[in-house]
Amino acid sequence: MIALFFRDLKLSVRAGGGAMIGVLFFMTVVAVIPFGVGPDLNLLARIGPAILWIGALLASLLGLDRLFQAEREDGSLDLLLMQETPLVLTVFVKCAAHWAATGLPLVVASPFLGLFMNMNELAIGATMLTLLAGAPAITFIGAVGAAVAVALPRGGLLVSILVLPLAIPVLIFGVSATYAAVEDPAPFLPPFMILLAITLFFAVIGPVAAAAALKHSAD
Amino acid sequence: MRLLAEGLSARRGEDLIFNDISFSLAAGEALVVTGPNGSGKSTLLRVLAGLLRAESGRLSIENGPSGFAHPHELSHYLGHRNAMKRELTVEENLSFWQRFLGDSPGGSGIDLSAAAEAVGLAGIAQLPFGYLSAGQQRRMAMAKLLVAYRPIWLLDEPTAALDVSADRLFAGLVAAHLDHGGIVIAATHQPLGIAQPKTLQMKGFTH
Repeated sequence: MIALFFRDLKLSVRAGGGAMIGVLFFMTVVAVIPFGVGPDLNLLARIGPAILWIGALLASLLGLDRLFQAEREDGSLDLLLMQETPLVLTVFVKCAAHWAATGLPLVVASPFLGLFMNMNELAIGATMLTLLAGAPAITFIGAVGAAVAVALPRGGLLVSILVLPLAIPVLIFGVSATYAAVEDPAPFLPPFMILLAITLFFAVIGPVAAAAALKHSAD
Repeated sequence: MRLLAEGLSARRGEDLIFNDISFSLAAGEALVVTGPNGSGKSTLLRVLAGLLRAESGRLSIENGPSGFAHPHELSHYLGHRNAMKRELTVEENLSFWQRFLGDSPGGSGIDLSAAAEAVGLAGIAQLPFGYLSAGQQRRMAMAKLLVAYRPIWLLDEPTAALDVSADRLFAGLVAAHLDHGGIVIAATHQPLGIAQPKTLQMKGFTH
């Protein structure tokens, strides 16, 4: 299993891997917002956390469709399906590797992009923390979509559309926890705990559902 | 150990691809599946590998190691695709499969350089897999059978894209596996060079 984790990490940083694509997309989305919104620094600071979250959500959906499709194309998926190791565990490890390769760089990049949005230190810190807590959920939800669309040649957009409704709660509680940390009266902990709960919930449900979909996709 | 298949049938869409296939293979025996294109050779192998659900019938192992529910957990499957990543080097590919697959009880895989030598490609383990020619890629996919031990080998057209010498080399690998008490089931058009295999002639669609 550790071997699978490191193989997927290696693949994502080699040529054709998706690790940098997500960060570049994230950067592009956030960097164009100030040009569109205009030079109102207060407005930028106010919408900053939401923009970072939306950018991170879209960037993590990018490349999710390749999670199992690449394995299927070269026949590796057959071998992954055949093993004695529970498929749920295999899927979980693949999700973890995918998150480490594409989700973690987004979290690391978010403070720099926060500066683009004229956010203060507290808001940047809160965004980073909520992204760290919430972004894994998007990967686990996305794994289900990727498994369902594994046999479709152009499943990319379909995966995003399938996954987006389920990812909305993550976005809502991620953004509201961030605002709660910045604006005084609202308490930070309740939305943050719900965000953590969503991540833990999908960390269990996601791999189970994806494994079931993969088992039935075999042809 | 004995691999038993009783009354297997499989369906693709509306049609039965094959119906009521039964065989029994003891340790050291090989089964060569022949038949025209589309007669269900690959489908049969995918059913044996647990990748397709059989419409009816039963697959079981007698006197095998305990704790294995289905024969596919004790099987290597070499399909049309090589299951190797083009971006990784040959060595990284093989070492991943060695560590991920692990050894089945009753044997152990050989190390990477020995496996590369066994398929006649020692010394190119540092190259990315995508740089190799089709025949070399196929040989390296065979090396995957050697680095982790599995008693049962399911081979789908194993010698496609191989030259004559690689054919012979592969026949040697299969013979060695059978000598050590393995079971081989191969779908092929060319003779594998195994002495006295059982054969199964697939006839094609039954409506």
